[in-house]
Amino acid sequence: MGKMNSTGRETQIASSAGPAGLPDGLDAAGVVEMYRTMILSRMLDERVWLMNRQGKAAIVASAQGHEAAQVASVRALDPSRDHFLIYYRQFTAMLALGVTPLELLCGFLAKSGEPMSEARQFPLHGSHPRVDLFSFSNVVGTQLPQAVGVALADRLRGDQGRVTIVYFGDGAASQGDCHEAMNFAGIHRLPVLFFCENNGYATSVPLQRQMAVESVAVRAAGYGFPGVSVDGRDMFAVYQATKDAADSIRAEGGPVLVEAKVDRLLPHTTDDDHTLYRSPDDIGQMRGRDPIDVTSRALRERRLMDEDGDKSIRQEARRLVIEATDRAEALPYPDAEAMYRHLYAE
Amino acid sequence: MPTLTIREAIRLGLDEALETDPSVFLMGEDIGTYGGAYAVTAGLLEKYGPDRVRDTPISEAAFIGAGVGAAAGGLRPIVELMSMSFALVGFDQIVNMAANLRYMSGGQIKAPMVIRAPTGAGMQLAATHSQSFETWLAEVPGLRVVAPSTPYDALGLLRSSIKEDNPVIYAESAGLYGASGETPAEYYEVPIGSAKVCRSGDDATLISYGHGMPILYESAEILAARGVSAEVIDLRSLSPIDTGVLVDSVQKTGRVLALDTARRSGGIMAEVTATLQEQTSDWLDGPVVRIGAKCAPWPYNREMEQGSLPDAQDVTGMLSATYDL
Repeated sequence: MGKMNSTGRETQIASSAGPAGLPDGLDAAGVVEMYRTMILSRMLDERVWLMNRQGKAAIVASAQGHEAAQVASVRALDPSRDHFLIYYRQFTAMLALGVTPLELLCGFLAKSGEPMSEARQFPLHGSHPRVDLFSFSNVVGTQLPQAVGVALADRLRGDQGRVTIVYFGDGAASQGDCHEAMNFAGIHRLPVLFFCENNGYATSVPLQRQMAVESVAVRAAGYGFPGVSVDGRDMFAVYQATKDAADSIRAEGGPVLVEAKVDRLLPHTTDDDHTLYRSPDDIGQMRGRDPIDVTSRALRERRLMDEDGDKSIRQEARRLVIEATDRAEALPYPDAEAMYRHLYAE
Repeated sequence: MPTLTIREAIRLGLDEALETDPSVFLMGEDIGTYGGAYAVTAGLLEKYGPDRVRDTPISEAAFIGAGVGAAAGGLRPIVELMSMSFALVGFDQIVNMAANLRYMSGGQIKAPMVIRAPTGAGMQLAATHSQSFETWLAEVPGLRVVAPSTPYDALGLLRSSIKEDNPVIYAESAGLYGASGETPAEYYEVPIGSAKVCRSGDDATLISYGHGMPILYESAEILAARGVSAEVIDLRSLSPIDTGVLVDSVQKTGRVLALDTARRSGGIMAEVTATLQEQTSDWLDGPVVRIGAKCAPWPYNREMEQGSLPDAQDVTGMLSATYDL
């Protein structure tokens, strides 16, 4: 945890150490796989946005701009033993955890057989039979105290070495739940990794109208645990910061807050129009630092992938998206009579 | 048969659960060293330690939310709120989260937790500490809501609530903690969703729960002196409501009065009487009667507070006026 400081000041993480200058724990194949997931996420994300405009998907909260932070944070943890409490913008994290494009599309289209909620909940909110995903309520911030409870259950059962990672946005950081959860986790030094994807906007409200500090990470000091802020477009930096945090938590060092600064490339959801509150300059600037481009460039510079490799990754992703779309569209809708199922324990 | 107070019966139920089920733990404000605002958990910290009898910050969203997370994580948390009125600061975690988790996850996640809270007026605790939000919560699909009025039911319902795989709101009438009664030494449970006929009668059905029960017993005595035989029913469970027992009784008596010590407007007895009107109108000798507290914030002043609460004179007076009893 040397790289984090308990005063919560922003810390630059140096990514180095492993082969080809990769952070410890990452190899060339793994890095290309992460990029592949980012591309798949982006294309699927573009597809469901389009399907919303076609009247097929009721609502979409896009992850465009968040891909690097999500894929790297998942990679830095261990899905075979860690718990994941996500929030509604986590397309890439869910793909990285093994949820399939078809399953995600079934969620957006509310089709029969959708495995996360049986079409009862917003898309991207669900639990999953194969993945340790908690079910999320889009009342923002509610997942934070719940994560504390999941970690508390591990502690009370004597189940050591597991990390509970809870994702949230900068908007949720203003909720009382966020304060209460961090305070509680700090008091009991619970194994919780608070992961904030700070995209600078709570729907239309910019960061400087949400908080008087420049980063969410500085608040960790008030709860007695470290907070670190990283460039969320740099997947190596996010990986390193999250890995350090997870290692520290596993060593029973108590909670850590990691903040990834990202851009939200699209409006809040398909119901929003960000040109009403963001200037063309602002929008242009963030498009110039798109994490897909940043990562593609980084991989080519490190000779982990060449231009043809990039092209074939994109072709393959396109094929997967088309295939999943065709299959999802062909599925039936669930029976309305099923609506009372799962209300109470049977 | 041992005689216990409701406070002791609840403590016994908690003690027994902590003793026999390692997945049970308690969380709440001042429940440890202090023993709970109403002394329900006194002695449990010493017996089970601070991991299983956990004092929390004044932070309802955190400890209700953590209860939801711990329940989903395989434990059976019992969360104590210092007052049902404070459920409001954790309402999102109760209503949006605990109640919906199973449904919203397509049955994959369950939240077997009990939220206990003292409820009701009559203690001169004014508007913000006297409300009976179990009546609001009874409307929420996904929750169970119980409200015992005797030590027997307090213990029996607590056992069922802790074993229940759905989140349960366990409403403890603040004015009844000291009420005593016989409680069998042998193990028993009171199933959630079962009302109880506490006194048999042929002329009128009187229905309430919690604080309302002593008022109904007093009313039944007054009526008996007039030669009127009242059947008294304790709902015990506000969700689900045991409609069958109520309908059977009203079909026998042809007259019904439902008493709520919470506000009359929009209260649980509005639901009860509407259901009875729908299902027993052919048997009724007159309109269903519904009594409740006045629709005002609870006043601190004793006279004003008592004036707001219904009493036995209101019950017998309304029965005379409506059914000429």
